[in-house]
Amino acid sequence: MRGGAAVAPERRLDVAAIRKDFPILAREIYGKRLAYLDNTATTQKPIQVLRAIEEFYRTSNANVHRGVYLMAEESTEKYEAARGIVARFLNARSPKEIVFTRGTTESINLVSNSWGRKNVGPGDVIVATEMEHHSNMVPWQLLAEEKGATLRYIPVDGSGRLDLSNLDAILDGPVKLLAVAHMANAIGTINPVDELIRRAHAAGAVVLVDGAQSVPHLGTDVRALDCDFLAFSGHKMLAPTGIGALYAKRDLLEAMPPFFGGGEMIREVKLSGSTWNEIPFKFEAGTMNIGDAIALGVAIEYLEGLGMDAVRRHDAELTVQALEGLGAIPGVTIYGPPAPERGGIVSFTVEGIHAHDVAAVLDREGIAVRAGHHCTMPLHAKFGIAASTRASFYVYNLPEEIDRLVAGVRKAKQVFNS
Amino acid sequence: MSLDDLYRQDILDHSQNPRNFGTLEHPEISAEDSNPLCGDKIRMDLRVKDGTIEDVKFTGVGCSISRAAASMLTEEIKGKTLEEVKRIGRDDVLELLGIELGPVRLKCALLALKTLKVGIYGLQSWKDEEEE
Repeated sequence: MRGGAAVAPERRLDVAAIRKDFPILAREIYGKRLAYLDNTATTQKPIQVLRAIEEFYRTSNANVHRGVYLMAEESTEKYEAARGIVARFLNARSPKEIVFTRGTTESINLVSNSWGRKNVGPGDVIVATEMEHHSNMVPWQLLAEEKGATLRYIPVDGSGRLDLSNLDAILDGPVKLLAVAHMANAIGTINPVDELIRRAHAAGAVVLVDGAQSVPHLGTDVRALDCDFLAFSGHKMLAPTGIGALYAKRDLLEAMPPFFGGGEMIREVKLSGSTWNEIPFKFEAGTMNIGDAIALGVAIEYLEGLGMDAVRRHDAELTVQALEGLGAIPGVTIYGPPAPERGGIVSFTVEGIHAHDVAAVLDREGIAVRAGHHCTMPLHAKFGIAASTRASFYVYNLPEEIDRLVAGVRKAKQVFNS
Repeated sequence: MSLDDLYRQDILDHSQNPRNFGTLEHPEISAEDSNPLCGDKIRMDLRVKDGTIEDVKFTGVGCSISRAAASMLTEEIKGKTLEEVKRIGRDDVLELLGIELGPVRLKCALLALKTLKVGIYGLQSWKDEEEE
């Protein structure tokens, strides 16, 4: 840096330039410009990602790790380079610690089926939290039921934070695993995963972090976190659907039995039995989603180009604006903690108007939001509501779109005389 | 379809002042169903005599479309025989509502009918026409 300035200037997103990379944002919905505020569900894809998919199928499509011809070499190189990009983005020790999957759900089910069935037995305890997405709750319920294990939940308080006051008791006994979201998909709470991981490790448990929201929005350093497993999805971070990954510490992966059996995951197959390929290939049976894995690498490079600090700051600014704007509307209840403790997610209810109806009015204004329980039925039951409306933000969202959201909610109140 | 069409005055009226809202004591038929996607729930109670629906009440939580559909449906079936009600289908509910709906909101609109059929057929989960 020239001039020796002590403090580097904060990197900011050039949202106008970013928006030019996302063709879908030019779409009109009912004659109005699309304001896409459902980024927790899935994000839009930049032209760089779309081009990478097309280029792969136009020029290099071949199965990986099999053929010896040039195109097979190219596709293998690109696929493994994408694994390297994921490892770098997460600060994993090695690309061997990255298993490609269909997404967060498959990653968690891989751990519950492989690690879980081997390591959890009758009387053991699995700990999750009340705010988990169903994908980080149901696999553990299935495992606990199969093994005769017990599932405990860290409760959520009225402010949408985890209540850690009884954590010592919850972690007492034969606790094998803690499953926790870094950032809650329904209400945006950023959980104190550092502390949870430290205390779970002290209790002898391994920790699976659901990174579906945190990897795209906060950036994640698995070595600093010291988590044992981390699951995330590509489609929530500018990549296509159907591709994601599981990070796992190498010694855990080495000791885990395969999840799916098939081609590629074997070393030697005899009629009497088989031996397994080295990690991570032991967990990548069958032909993988090669093209989308390569596209995930391109999406990560796009985010790295923006800078995850800048991504997080941008999310935070829009969140503060939304919390203030929506919070000023009479009858609006916002769920979850204040801005510094939440990512770019604002879930709310409007008194007297069902979430579906709020979302339908917003839709007619060109604003895409989610309405429902966001795959967190226990959390919604805790808040005493059946459904909420959720707005969530990403790199291409503008302050004007938050203004439109706020105006749209006011309009919903007019439509329903509420 | 404009917002005014989606929320036609009588849909708003039925959702905000639902007809036959409440429960019946000792109903011959009572059924509950929910839409797992959005958490909407509906319970339908029927008073049935000689195969004819003498009274009907519903309760539950839901969006304006699902409440309006339930309210309209209760008015529609009162006095009808169970056999007649069995013949009520998806299109009849949409005709009552007077709107067209995409696949997501269609589930809202059909929850009341689904609950009704669950009760009449005594099935745990009656499959709607699309799924059959």
